[in-house]
Amino acid sequence: MSDTTEALLRVEGITRAYPGVIANDDISFAIRPGEVHALLGENGAGKSTLVKIIYGLVRPDAGQMWFQGAPFHPADPSAARAAGVGMVFQHFSLFDALDVAENVALGMENAPPQRQLARSIREISQAYGLPLDPSRLVGELSAGERQRVEIVRCLLQNPKLLIMDEPTSVLTPQEVEILFRTLRKLAAEGTAILYISHKLEEIRALCEAATILRDGRVVDTCNPREKTARELAEMMVGGTLQQPARAKAPPGETVLELDIRTLPPALAFGTTLRDLSLSVRAGEILGIGGVAGNGQDELLAVLSGETRLPAQALKLSGIGIGRLGAERRRALGLLSAPEERLGHAAAPDMSLTENALLTGASRERLVSSGFIRWGRARAFARRIIQEFDVRTPGPATPARALSGGNLQKFVIGREVLQRPDVLVVNQPTWGVDAKAAAAIRQALMDLAAQGAAVVVISQDLDELMEIADRFAALNAGRLSPPRDMRELSLEAIGLMLGGAHDMEVAADDAVERTGEVISELVQPGAANEEPRP
Amino acid sequence: MIRLERRPAPSRFWTAATPVLAVLLTMLAGGLMFALLGKDPVAAIRIIFWDPLFNPQFASYSRPQLLVKAGPLILIAVGLSFGFRANIWNIGAEGQYIIGALCGAGVALAFYPLEAWFIFPLMVLAGALGGWAWAMIPAILKTRFNTNEILVSLLLVYVAERLLAALAMGRMRNPEGGGFPGSRNIANYPSASNTELIANTGMHWGVVTAFIAVIFGYILLHRHILGYHVQLAGQAPRAARFAGVNPDRLVMFCLGLAGLLAGLAGMFEVAGPAGRINIDFGSGYGFTAIIVAFLGRLHPIGILLAGLLLGLTYIGGELAQMMLGLPSAAIQAFQGMLLFFLLALDMLSNYRIRLKPREVA
Repeated sequence: MSDTTEALLRVEGITRAYPGVIANDDISFAIRPGEVHALLGENGAGKSTLVKIIYGLVRPDAGQMWFQGAPFHPADPSAARAAGVGMVFQHFSLFDALDVAENVALGMENAPPQRQLARSIREISQAYGLPLDPSRLVGELSAGERQRVEIVRCLLQNPKLLIMDEPTSVLTPQEVEILFRTLRKLAAEGTAILYISHKLEEIRALCEAATILRDGRVVDTCNPREKTARELAEMMVGGTLQQPARAKAPPGETVLELDIRTLPPALAFGTTLRDLSLSVRAGEILGIGGVAGNGQDELLAVLSGETRLPAQALKLSGIGIGRLGAERRRALGLLSAPEERLGHAAAPDMSLTENALLTGASRERLVSSGFIRWGRARAFARRIIQEFDVRTPGPATPARALSGGNLQKFVIGREVLQRPDVLVVNQPTWGVDAKAAAAIRQALMDLAAQGAAVVVISQDLDELMEIADRFAALNAGRLSPPRDMRELSLEAIGLMLGGAHDMEVAADDAVERTGEVISELVQPGAANEEPRP
Repeated sequence: MIRLERRPAPSRFWTAATPVLAVLLTMLAGGLMFALLGKDPVAAIRIIFWDPLFNPQFASYSRPQLLVKAGPLILIAVGLSFGFRANIWNIGAEGQYIIGALCGAGVALAFYPLEAWFIFPLMVLAGALGGWAWAMIPAILKTRFNTNEILVSLLLVYVAERLLAALAMGRMRNPEGGGFPGSRNIANYPSASNTELIANTGMHWGVVTAFIAVIFGYILLHRHILGYHVQLAGQAPRAARFAGVNPDRLVMFCLGLAGLLAGLAGMFEVAGPAGRINIDFGSGYGFTAIIVAFLGRLHPIGILLAGLLLGLTYIGGELAQMMLGLPSAAIQAFQGMLLFFLLALDMLSNYRIRLKPREVA
């Protein structure tokens, strides 16, 4: 790999500064043809900036790049694509109302006629085990299928280097397996793959080289197959990681019961919740897994009180509270933290003190007969900042000035410190760095150990396996019966989540074991419950 | 290329400096407009901003007029500011002002010529209720049928103006007025008159109410949970729902409060400075108050200062019409410029301008 003559892409001394932060500081590395190379680092380590530079979206302040031996300085993405660099983004750039072929054509420089394009899409997708019907509307596709559209769009341009930014965050384990087969096939044909992820087990399974970034610098390189996930994590963080630990309390009485027949969504493009019932006991953590967009937001709104229900559809310690609004439910002990930090869990332009008041008004007695007690609110905000190690100049700082991890610690801390009887959190560690994520998980486990019932809705299966006692899968607005977490394997969880959606028709050579498992186990049941209308 | 970069936190300096800068730029652009109209720009600006207060020839008349003009502007703007903060856009304060005046005058005319202590308080109540009820129309339509409150409240202004014209020439016409449109003079009816409380200051009950509204507005905004909910709903509607704010109730509150204060302003106006219901009673206070609300940064204290400033442009504008023969439309354009510059400069508090080479972001 150090032999730069055969490197496909060589990067030397790349530096890029933004106001107040150096995103990339003298970064150098190289990729050979056919290599699957991981770019590892926490949020804010500089991974995204680096790949944006390679893809021509951002220009470096200093540094050189060579592609196939020639100097390479793409002025924009189309120049990068012309040179043979393709990129699949974490967030899809697709139009729901257009079909697959039209979406693919939009991303191409000189798109061929639709019929010819449709044929190439079929050929490419079959060849790589990513079946796609070019005439289907993107709005009807699952997350995994949408990602396939993006990948096929890249592959049609015959890239020599494929950059993938967090590609598995929206996929089920089975879909991940299919993606990996595709990527391995591509690599075997000589396409280099630059793979960004913070999921360490995936990197160990897929990549043969890794460059580790921290605070914008290359801190280490390694062969991830020779390291444990823990070693990789510590290289990323630059210190030892505290593994969350938990004092087990015996589960107590059932405190929260939810029973919904059908609940149409409040917003357009929302998910209808159907036949959804769950119950949580004091002292336990119920994990609810599933790919985002399957009813997670709607479920949280039902529990938080943003969506009202018939009184008896939601019971807290046996009392029907479905009709009550968010503030009344909080007063009774049912607290929640939504996924979206800025704009939902917190008001971006308001200070931390004002944001502490957002949910703490009644339980922390921050308001008396309608008048705000600012002194108490400030003290409460300070207590959250202190006990949850929120890095900020002080409670007068606006929420939007905090980093994602710090704001999330503030939001979770705000609810935990109010000593809830039931706490519901949605994606508690989404986009949060490893240290903050560990602290948040620890706080949730401590809360359960103190006797609270905790519901964790998360896409991150590793997280749920780590902290949850029972697991249920939310898929297309339906919740599977919960099962004991200890008796579940990752594979079984994947199947509960709906397996690989319609991916079982994947080309035979691309799918072997998973394909069999899925066609045996998923097809009979899942075929009747077509997840999307 | 010029780029706008969002500041991590709003700049305190620019939040305070933009109104001052907007006033200066308005003077410049307004001066240019006056020059194009063939008037001496320096003299025009001096007549508008300086002479009403300090010219010995005019000040004795103009100075009391300042409070008379600023009072209703402040009163209406304080009410509007709560809605604007919550993204509830009541553009129809002019209509609520007219209906308040009609209700207040209606009570007075109904009791004429009876002299009793309760008539004026009853008029206050009627004015407030009238404005409130007029504002409840867009509020109920919005919460029930999700109509747009901007359109409904604005269109109701024209309904209110038709109603005013009809009453001024019909039911409320002075029977002893020799057939001219317009009601009896309420200001000359002792039990109903909104008198000047301190001679030669322009201070009447409406001005007192405006000052009280400023104080209450301040407390509501900064000390009360309702003011917090108003701000939350405006800045982050989803967070407001999450906090437990009922959006419908907030619409009712904000529109109701604005209508109530606008109705009061109209009632005090008809019983005092205007004196009677007439077809030209609607003088645009309800629209100018929108400028006052924004110029005052939707903050009660700011609105107090902005109301005085806009009041000054009214008096100074009249003076300039008289002295220089400036058309009244020029004065309205001048007031409009103020709002324009203020909104344009507003971004400086949230963004900083950077000169940078072009870059694909």
